[in-house]
Amino acid sequence: MKEIHVKDITETVEKLCIEACTTLGNDWWQTMDKAVSQEESTLGKDMLGIIRENAKLAASTGEPICQDTGTAVIFLEMGQEVRIAGGNLYHAINEGVHRGYTNGYLRKSVVSDPLIRKNTGDNTPAIIHVDIVSGSDLKITVAPKGAGSENSSGLKMLKPADGEDGVIQFVMEVVEAAGPNACPPVVVGVGLGGNLEKSAILAKRSLLRPLGKRHPQPHIAKLEEEILRRINSTGIGPQGLGGRITALDVHIETYPTHIASLPVAVNIQCHASRHAEAVL
Amino acid sequence: MNRIKTPLDFETIRKLKAGDQVSLSGVLFTGRDAAHKRLVDTYLAGQELPVDLRGQVIYYVGPCPAKPGKVIGSAGPTTSIRMDPYTPLLVRELGLRGMIGKGHRSQKVVDVIKEEGAIYFLTIGGAAALLAQRIKKAEVVAYPEFGPEAIYRLEVEDFPLIVGVDSDGRSAYDEGQSKYRLIHSVVGSGETLENRR
Repeated sequence: MKEIHVKDITETVEKLCIEACTTLGNDWWQTMDKAVSQEESTLGKDMLGIIRENAKLAASTGEPICQDTGTAVIFLEMGQEVRIAGGNLYHAINEGVHRGYTNGYLRKSVVSDPLIRKNTGDNTPAIIHVDIVSGSDLKITVAPKGAGSENSSGLKMLKPADGEDGVIQFVMEVVEAAGPNACPPVVVGVGLGGNLEKSAILAKRSLLRPLGKRHPQPHIAKLEEEILRRINSTGIGPQGLGGRITALDVHIETYPTHIASLPVAVNIQCHASRHAEAVL
Repeated sequence: MNRIKTPLDFETIRKLKAGDQVSLSGVLFTGRDAAHKRLVDTYLAGQELPVDLRGQVIYYVGPCPAKPGKVIGSAGPTTSIRMDPYTPLLVRELGLRGMIGKGHRSQKVVDVIKEEGAIYFLTIGGAAALLAQRIKKAEVVAYPEFGPEAIYRLEVEDFPLIVGVDSDGRSAYDEGQSKYRLIHSVVGSGETLENRR
């Protein structure tokens, strides 16, 4: 057994909240470079240029890339040989979110009740997904998710007969309806299969995959490319002002499903594809 | 580049056309969902409003907190359509003339913009650190209890905007996107899986 103290978890989550809200990965910078060179619209190129300039400024000053520093979505991959010492795992994570959002001057965007809507004041609680895996490591991923893109997401329980065409059709419906509201160029995460909640988590998790990386299964990789091609033919373009680059990438994750089901979840990610990871 | 100052009059507004790039200086008021709801409720209850919106511009933003020594934290636009249930009253009854945000507006808001000679500006979604640098002064003038949703009075210099919906009701999104669209939209086409087969 490896013992991990809650104090280390809290400190790591605090650091990751700030890191994720102020810096973007190398994959993002490479994809944006390619996007600028492929964009045909002058205004679209300008928009991509401003988005890059903003990301550069955020990284150098430590100011958040976007004022919507989101709900703190946290993925844990917890080795089954790990023992949490010194307190409760969930409390430790939420304490890290509290500190990160307070000490990092990040916006507090969480209300305690969906109808009464009173701000909790420290962006807690986080939304936490735990996977138990082999080994003795604890991998923590913090993915702050803003509401502009989250509100543009959707889920549909298709019929098996709808097949690949039905999947493409639904993804396109969600992307077109999102239009400029989701701050394009977007990243489109698709969860295919499983059941209602499994498809949604797959869609969200697919957004953590590096941009430009294809699914290992050839038929899914091909579907990703086909959907990306169609999205970039809509003309929505950067910021929705018209152009070629509406999406930076499409990621699909799949899971076995019921003989009668074909769930499809589409999680839209704005251009600020924010996530930061650490392994304890 | 069109340089304009707030407050806005119709002479200024009518010259600006969908897709024009604009640089704005002067005063903006911030307002999001909660502030809009409170303003409308206050007006309908016949009570005094905390701000005079005649000729003014509202920026749909909930900024990050300011770090020590800074004017404001990151401050980019939020999705405008959430404010649409309240916008007609603000424009018609309270004299609001400009709005800054991102995304589509409902037909009702486009109609009010045309009827009242108002204007809807876009600014760059997710360019919040950059936009904050153009804000030179910020103070909370109403509803501090709403936190990031309080109404701030901002003084801005050369704030970059694009005309989203002009006073003729034309949309920068529709005109920009139609030039680059290669496939039919699946939305509102009436196309279903059944009738495609």
